[in-house]
Amino acid sequence: MAEATHGGSYGHDAHDDHHDHKPGFFLRWLCSTNHKDIGTLYLIFAVIGGTLGGALSMIMRMQLQHPGNHIVTSGQEWNTIITSHGLLMIFFSVMPALIGGFGNWFIPLMIGAPDMAFPRLNNISFWLLPPAFVLICIGLVMGESGSGWTLYPPLSNATYEAGMGMDCTLFALHLAGASSILGAMNFITTIFNMRAPGMTLHKMPLFVWSELVTAFLLVLAVPVLAGAITMLICDRNFGTAFFDPAGGGDPVLFQHLFWFFGHPEVYIMIVPGFGIISHVISTFSKKPIFGYLGMVYAMVAIGVVGFVVWAHHMYISGIDVDTRAYFMGATLVIAVPTGVKIFSWIATMWGGSIRFDTPMLWAIGFLFVFTLGGVTGVVCANAGIDEIIHNTYYIVAHFHYVLSLAAVFSIFCGWYYWIGKMSGRQYPEFWGRVHFWMTFVGVNLLFFPQHFLGLSGMPRRYPDYPDAFAGWNYVSSIGAYISGAAFIVFLYVCFKTFTSKEKVADNYWGEGATTLEWTQTSPPAFHSWLELPKVP
Amino acid sequence: MDTRRANRLTAAAFITVALGMVGLSFAAIPLYRMFCAATGYGGTPKIGVAPAPGGNGYTIRVRFNADTNPGLPWTFAPDQLEVVVPVGEDHLAAYTAHNKARTAVTGVAVYNVTPEKAAKYFHKTACFCFNQQTLEGGQTMDFPLSFWVDPAISTDPNTKDVKVITLSYTFFRSLEDADKAGALTTAGPHAGSPANTN
Repeated sequence: MAEATHGGSYGHDAHDDHHDHKPGFFLRWLCSTNHKDIGTLYLIFAVIGGTLGGALSMIMRMQLQHPGNHIVTSGQEWNTIITSHGLLMIFFSVMPALIGGFGNWFIPLMIGAPDMAFPRLNNISFWLLPPAFVLICIGLVMGESGSGWTLYPPLSNATYEAGMGMDCTLFALHLAGASSILGAMNFITTIFNMRAPGMTLHKMPLFVWSELVTAFLLVLAVPVLAGAITMLICDRNFGTAFFDPAGGGDPVLFQHLFWFFGHPEVYIMIVPGFGIISHVISTFSKKPIFGYLGMVYAMVAIGVVGFVVWAHHMYISGIDVDTRAYFMGATLVIAVPTGVKIFSWIATMWGGSIRFDTPMLWAIGFLFVFTLGGVTGVVCANAGIDEIIHNTYYIVAHFHYVLSLAAVFSIFCGWYYWIGKMSGRQYPEFWGRVHFWMTFVGVNLLFFPQHFLGLSGMPRRYPDYPDAFAGWNYVSSIGAYISGAAFIVFLYVCFKTFTSKEKVADNYWGEGATTLEWTQTSPPAFHSWLELPKVP
Repeated sequence: MDTRRANRLTAAAFITVALGMVGLSFAAIPLYRMFCAATGYGGTPKIGVAPAPGGNGYTIRVRFNADTNPGLPWTFAPDQLEVVVPVGEDHLAAYTAHNKARTAVTGVAVYNVTPEKAAKYFHKTACFCFNQQTLEGGQTMDFPLSFWVDPAISTDPNTKDVKVITLSYTFFRSLEDADKAGALTTAGPHAGSPANTN
């Protein structure tokens, strides 16, 4: 009980003054070693990356609104835009928000650690990203990185992308990858060694578990991308032939290496979202999460199985029928732990005393779009069907439902859930709801018709299409504009929140919010958990 | 202090894991080649000297395909479009290549077998594709190969249905030769780029 008293005494004002001393602007933001400040930097960075990536998608939907449009002047320009859109959204928006942003903010707060294990390394992890972002933008502006985000040779080799822009894009991925690996190592070390006394792994909050699984995926997958793009850079610039058949190489090997990274990567983007959704659904149903251990091991299982399914992206790359059968079976198996999670979330809500505040709207929206994307995933996993729909808009619709919608819904869900904790200010509930409903209607209008386009045979990565596809493309573009307007509403919500005079309490969600961050002040002191809490 | 030490150990362990994964991605190059050679994956036939085991009365049709990379100034074609051979017995076939350039050019052929599942039963005992080939300016040469088909192909339930095997070669200019001749890929603006439309 002595420890509990220590934890309690921490809230006293005298202590606050002492721990709340902040360094000046330069030291605080550019040389930051504080996990909350670095988390904030990541979140701001994610908004910038998302804004640029989103602006590119607006250009794409304008081009595709009518057949024969000429907003994008050439195929090469179009290819560069789709490449940059994909890379920006993945590496410079979703990952910084879910992993660097919320992970840095809430892992130490939830496990009762004073900071991350390696605060200066944490600073390096963040500051590797802005130069990577600049390099991606160079590739975009030069119009020389039109390989698609999958970077397949020969599209990305010296024959078809001779310019320096492609090298800039590849090097950007090196930097972003190094940032992710260092960050992941930091997360794992923090979670393994710095939990408060009494917090065993099986008592750890689900969000921390989700970040732990993600960090393992990053450490195992991203180095393979680093190896593959190193080989690609050597092929382009130093006369090697890793992927060039003229010198005995094999371009299909690049696809294997890329997807060995790429498939875990898609789980890297969604698993932290699982953690956030679990907390929000539990809080707003005023019930502990249903089947805690099942939820933990479902995430672990998704992470493990995610490493042995990569060739389902390569059904038409000339792999034989037995190999396809294996990868199809292994892929379908992933539906089992995913189903465990969906059903546990629904079971948590079942019989709960549910409040539909903005975070809960996003969480339920997440369940809807994630389940829809998951169901089309089961369709795509079938090798026989995939031979028809491979590289069509059906695939585009599928992965946007799970990533662009589900992952982004979880980001906004976390934002509304924790913004009071992070800033100490109240977000405008009305505008939060407007933001949710506009996004929900917009994105479904945007992506649902793309299933029809894909099934009727519209291929992805083209700036034009036959007249027969005009109707649903028009609808899709209208949906895109509504989603874009919703993002402006989000920026307005940010403005209203940060200029709000309304302060929030320590635990403004009340009895449903049970994790340790809610025992801290809102916003938490600059240095928190100097005396470790005791977890019973 | 104790936590610090534990932190450093954990970090060191995971840096090792990350470096190990980079190493594995490079090790994948030879491992992939070995895997294909061992399993016939990707249509990789068995190569090397091995005596033909003798037939079991079945025959199989073998078709010959030839492709030439535009970077190589050769014509390259099979002497026979297809042959019907008894399985388990050695057979000799040939391609003909002609160098259209005035100088010596070195080429190298990559090869595979379709259907891919038949590759592990297809043995090449001698082939021009095992080495680089150099043709003097204007020279024409016969390229022989010898092969046999394992009789097990007719008993394996997975390959029983295979009646035709296609043997494919694509000739590329060797990278060293292309480098010497200054013909390495130096792509300028290509189809679709705005510069090309001028």
